[in-house]
Amino acid sequence: MSLLRDAIKNNEFVITAELSPRKGTLVTNFIKMVHSLKGRVHAINITDNQRAIMRMSSLAASYLVLREGVEPVYQITCRDRNRLALQSDLLGASALGIKNVLALTGDHPSAGDFPEAKPVFDLDATTLLHTITKLNSGFDLNDHPLKGHTDLFAGAALTPQAQPLEPVLLAMERKINAGAKFFQTQPVFDTDAFASFMSKINRFGIPVMAGILLLHSAEQAVNLNTQVPGIHIPDTLIKRLESSSDPHNEGIDIAVELTGRLRGISRGMHIMTVGQERDILTLLERI
Amino acid sequence: MIVTDKKPLQEVLEALSEYNRIFVVGCGSCAAASRTGGEDECKAWIRDLGSKGKEPAGYLIPEETCHVFLLKSMIRQSEAASSADAFLVLACGAGIQAVSAASDKPIVAGLNSMFLGTTYRAGEFLKYCSMCGNCVLSYTAGICPVTRCPKGLLNGPCGGMINSMCEVDNSMKCIWIDIYERLRLRNKQNVLTAINKPKTNNSMKHRKVEPLKFSGKAR
Repeated sequence: MSLLRDAIKNNEFVITAELSPRKGTLVTNFIKMVHSLKGRVHAINITDNQRAIMRMSSLAASYLVLREGVEPVYQITCRDRNRLALQSDLLGASALGIKNVLALTGDHPSAGDFPEAKPVFDLDATTLLHTITKLNSGFDLNDHPLKGHTDLFAGAALTPQAQPLEPVLLAMERKINAGAKFFQTQPVFDTDAFASFMSKINRFGIPVMAGILLLHSAEQAVNLNTQVPGIHIPDTLIKRLESSSDPHNEGIDIAVELTGRLRGISRGMHIMTVGQERDILTLLERI
Repeated sequence: MIVTDKKPLQEVLEALSEYNRIFVVGCGSCAAASRTGGEDECKAWIRDLGSKGKEPAGYLIPEETCHVFLLKSMIRQSEAASSADAFLVLACGAGIQAVSAASDKPIVAGLNSMFLGTTYRAGEFLKYCSMCGNCVLSYTAGICPVTRCPKGLLNGPCGGMINSMCEVDNSMKCIWIDIYERLRLRNKQNVLTAINKPKTNNSMKHRKVEPLKFSGKAR
């Protein structure tokens, strides 16, 4: 049984943090981070070659998290694997004891460190969710019976600040129809806009965990705005980081304030950083 | 219309290195319209090959180079063709292989086949169809996401859509926004909540290497 699913069901304010598998085989620091987060978060999301940058597999890293007694949210994208590989990895994940999965389409390889790679996208986030629903019911995508079904609590990603919004809401509804049981959002910086977004999706009755991205400098914020799809950091926050004598700490202050405001709006939060994983611990100590 | 691109002269010369007397086969259909295999282009290749020490034997521009039967008789009747050491073919991959099927001469490709193009106006082509063998246009407002979304998504838009633009190229509108807007004009945007099933990849299935009849069924 997924502890994440239980926490959502019990109406707890769910906290997840995101860790990246390393580029290489040394996992000492990764395991240390997992230990530091143990007992402080409900689950740890493990990214799958995010930004199309090659790293250790998210399945292997998710298992490393699980082995340390922390529940992983195994992120799986459609960029690198066709429907055979996706299904076999999902069966493998389930056999290893992984209970949560975040089904993503994935960034295009052109953004990453292997731009010449063949983009697969045999499935997409929606059809991957549909596939997980079938595997959970004891059948594969082509209705062949399985000897032992998966028991995966499947979620999906959401961009609340997307414009135009209607096609994104339609796609969200389609993901729910395909079997999404929760959503984790891209970073939220404007809680008023987020509250207005939440009022539009209340009718779905689905748990949404708001993304919190830890900032550490004005320069980083500007780069994120221009380089990362789906991120919009308002000028007021960039100015705050610019004029602060300790921008790193200012970034954590901003995250603490956002967390306070999100408690009344979303069912939980999902903490992300760009290479500053220790900041997650600082934020957790302050909220 | 199959859109083709001229190969660099150096690459073609390397492929022709063992041959001296070269016969050029153009194409009067797509390659002529692409301005890669018509009369002007055949003459330009003859001139370039001559200037690089080759002995051009002449040229031929079939109406359709992708027609094996038509080519067989044309090549048989051409004395210049039979005197050549090799053929330089200015056609798409289907045309080059038709020449290869119609003659025993060594074949060198002069063009790269790029895509199945929709002609916007003369000389301007749009990549609209991938010939996937599993057409979804009835469900996507007559706009093909398989070809026109860089990820070929059947259930878009993805999270990379920013202010209607595509994450892969922010000067390009997200094709799923085009599909949504077209559906919205007819108040049919709610069809986007239905799941488009994964493709069956029909055109990637192995086909017997023998002629297909007009019905499209294998003999």
